[in-house]
Amino acid sequence: MQDETLTPAARPIRSRLASLRRHPLALPAALTVLVAVTPLFLASSYHYRIAALVLIFALACLGLNLLMGYAGQISLGHAGFMGIGAYAVAIGPAHLGLPSWLSLLAGAALSALVAFIVGRPILRLKRHYLAVATLGFGLLIAIVLTNEAEFTGGPDGMAVERMQLFGWTAKGTVTWYWISAITFLLGAKLALNLIDSPTGRALRAIHDGEVAASVLGVDVARKKLAAFVLAAVYASVAGSYLALFNGHITPDVAGFLRSIELVAMVVLGGMGSILGSLVGTAVLVVLPQTLTVLHDYEHMVLGLIIICIMIFLREGIVPTLAAALGARRS
Amino acid sequence: MIVLSTDRLSISFGALRAVDRVSLEVEEGLVFSIIGPNGAGKTTLFNVISGLYVADEGRVLIAGEDVTALPPDKLARRGLSRTFQNLQIFFRMTALENVMVGCHRHEATGLIADLLHLPAVLQQNRRSRERAMAALARVGLASMADQPAGGMSYGALKRLEIARALASEPRLLLLDEPAAGCNAVETEEIKAIIRALAADGVTVVLVEHDMRLVMNVSDCIHVLADGHTLAEGAAAEVRNNPAVIEAYLGVHGTREAALAVG
Repeated sequence: MQDETLTPAARPIRSRLASLRRHPLALPAALTVLVAVTPLFLASSYHYRIAALVLIFALACLGLNLLMGYAGQISLGHAGFMGIGAYAVAIGPAHLGLPSWLSLLAGAALSALVAFIVGRPILRLKRHYLAVATLGFGLLIAIVLTNEAEFTGGPDGMAVERMQLFGWTAKGTVTWYWISAITFLLGAKLALNLIDSPTGRALRAIHDGEVAASVLGVDVARKKLAAFVLAAVYASVAGSYLALFNGHITPDVAGFLRSIELVAMVVLGGMGSILGSLVGTAVLVVLPQTLTVLHDYEHMVLGLIIICIMIFLREGIVPTLAAALGARRS
Repeated sequence: MIVLSTDRLSISFGALRAVDRVSLEVEEGLVFSIIGPNGAGKTTLFNVISGLYVADEGRVLIAGEDVTALPPDKLARRGLSRTFQNLQIFFRMTALENVMVGCHRHEATGLIADLLHLPAVLQQNRRSRERAMAALARVGLASMADQPAGGMSYGALKRLEIARALASEPRLLLLDEPAAGCNAVETEEIKAIIRALAADGVTVVLVEHDMRLVMNVSDCIHVLADGHTLAEGAAAEVRNNPAVIEAYLGVHGTREAALAVG
């Protein structure tokens, strides 16, 4: 619209740049380059560990962002699905003799099933009511994981066997960086595919107007459920990775604070932004680590930074910066 | 052929009988208008027909099939589409994407296919995009396809809603006050669009307060007052019907009007 203000010569270059940015492979390519280049800046095993954690949580946030940022439905119990995934790879090998990779898939399938069953009645609720219902669901999972001590080790948690694939053992921070990186890229690509599909358009339509969407033939309840199940699978796989990476797991993985943290990551990075899922996670994982130099003031400063980000970058980090960048360019 | 008919359709909200035994029949390919004073029950009738409200009594039939109490998305799949009096736009999507949602009832890809972007999905996306572009062109918005809907003018949004409804290729299009809040120029544009739709054989049911527009485009006019049917007929018949004039102007106003005219 504001292209008239440009000089005629500048227009083609700008529009070519803009169309390059809009190209469907632009973001996947950028993300690939990002995770490929990041190791150049990782000096120690500790750095790799933080980077792998960022990618694992970003994977969970991708799914939650599909639910929150696209379909417009909140889940305050999403860590519950991380818990299911995490304990699947712990219990599967320990109690059932299943290989880790199969336990991971079984955990994802179980999460999908649980989401499907729980989601049907829960997703009829809206806003605060949905928030409270999902919160209850998350608490329920955490309580089950704590109380079924015979299987889960109770509050102390349990050890998780290393994942083995064809005789190769997945261990070490560098290995897990690459495993999480590749899975994150795959997850991001699937999410981007979905957004640019009939289902994705239906979800975004539901976010902006359920009535209008239903009048256009969108089965609102079914699409919301699909987003919920999908988000559960993302979280479950992330939970499995977290358990396999750490080698030990406690019910905290499914706890209320974890759920809130996931929501904060999505909102901070930007609802409805795939890149935002990564950026929001990076901020909330890396920042507490760097702020430890402040000792006693660590949590206070972290809180202040989050508040400031939300005040000054209201739409989340990525969408706000993208809008500012777009406005400056045109 | 009768595309839409209602049979003694009624709905109450508490003590208020908003729609009271309304029966109407809409012929295929015609522009059928529903008019009446504020609060006559026009939009409520629309909401019952399009499945947003469930009727207390009576039936709704589309092409002879009983569709009473079907949810809106099922009705949409049977070819009913509508617009809203107070805009229901997907503001975070572009104009084109808004209209592509209108294609939803023709899109038949599954969740897994969508996630994997199977060739069928890409083909579907292409088809929906073409269909949506054609619908945008029909309402004169083709040049704004890539604009975010949130930044468009009110008049453009009114037309965008029509394009979105058209993209579903409805056999029956319900327009709820398409010209409400539009200026004279925008109203002319809406009028031209309705005319063009009628010429293309789309059956249009119109609720509208702008009488010039209604009288101009309608083949048949159905008048509601206090939830029940007052009259039905061609523009000229309805305009001269004393009961209709009285409903709009009141008994006193009618006398004044008669004095003024004559």
